[in-house]
Amino acid sequence: MSEPFALLLTLLVLLTAGWIVTVRERRAAVFGFIAYGLLLALVWIRLAAVDVALTEAAIGGGATGVLLLRVSARLGSIRGMSAPPGLATRWIAGVLCAGVSLALMALVLALPDPAPSLAAAAMEPIGRTGLGNPVTAVLLAYRALDTFLEIIVLLLALIGVWSLGADRFWGGEPAAWRTGPPSPALVFLARVLPPFGIVIAGYLFWIGADEPGGKFQASTILAAMWLLAMMAGLAPPPRTGARGLRAALVAGPLVFLAIGFAGLWWADGFLAYPDAFAKPLIILIEAALAVSIVAALALMVAGPAERLPRR
Amino acid sequence: MSLLADLFTILAVSAGVFFFFAGTVGLLRFPDTLTRLHALTKADNLGLGLVVLGLLPQLGSVLAGLKLVFIWVLVQIASAGASQLLAGLAKRQPEETREEAP
Repeated sequence: MSEPFALLLTLLVLLTAGWIVTVRERRAAVFGFIAYGLLLALVWIRLAAVDVALTEAAIGGGATGVLLLRVSARLGSIRGMSAPPGLATRWIAGVLCAGVSLALMALVLALPDPAPSLAAAAMEPIGRTGLGNPVTAVLLAYRALDTFLEIIVLLLALIGVWSLGADRFWGGEPAAWRTGPPSPALVFLARVLPPFGIVIAGYLFWIGADEPGGKFQASTILAAMWLLAMMAGLAPPPRTGARGLRAALVAGPLVFLAIGFAGLWWADGFLAYPDAFAKPLIILIEAALAVSIVAALALMVAGPAERLPRR
Repeated sequence: MSLLADLFTILAVSAGVFFFFAGTVGLLRFPDTLTRLHALTKADNLGLGLVVLGLLPQLGSVLAGLKLVFIWVLVQIASAGASQLLAGLAKRQPEETREEAP
């Protein structure tokens, strides 16, 4: 890709960002944010970071976008519960934000040339993991602890969403999306797309070992397919207190933790894998994590329980 | 043969870009939701179709070509479905109250 394209892309990203901040309509800002995520994905592709681009498109644009849309819909016509911030507050916030941006810009410009890189260090022991994609090796072998904490953060976020519901609904079903019957177009999409989505997610999951892709991107697609089926009324939203659902949510962290502690006696330490079984263990962890991520993402969008639990 | 293929690519992709341009102009200039959707689906449909068609002779393998065609088909399904949904929403909600509704 050529430099004019990069410049144009940068300009578009900046304009979109400015528009999101200044636009008055809440929902318009959310749509802007989704477009912003997709543009950022293009930026990451331009920087040859395809793994990050896929994650940005799936999580930054897709999942966060849908989450914000739901929030915007739930807030309804609430226009702001307190008085708008005064001029001084807005100026201080603006100056602080501009300061952070300028400092970051200065830091980027001050980077030594060539920039320091851990690429060689990441590639060198990769043979021991049985993986071909250094990003996956970093996420699940060298820095597995970070990935473990990531899934914990996701679960905490889901608990946060759930706790927004009223006490008497705890463990019940999330509210239905619509009151009337779903539109035939939505039902059509929910019938046609999931087979494609499942195949593509499986492909992304499997290819993640050697090429850009992985469990996070795959899980986002699966969660989207599930949500589509829920929105179209083809699959009822699960009770948030259901045993199976809770088991799916903790499956990932539990498997991760179990294999991590097993590393204390069959390998060098916590979250270390024996060389011979590194790849099967990593795939096992990824599969368990995928189950939890799908459940967590889908239920975060579905929202807190708003119906009495059936007993 | 390669010259012919290149010529075909240039023509088809240019035509595709034209439809994207026309679709964008329509999206910005047309008066209401339904006509804007009409303009937008033209860009998705013909524009992307022509770009994909133009890129086909430049690919090394049949599999890569199939993937591109597949992407076009998926975009067709998604944009047709999304347009139906938006049009349904526009029909149910009159223009002025649309922003307040969930």
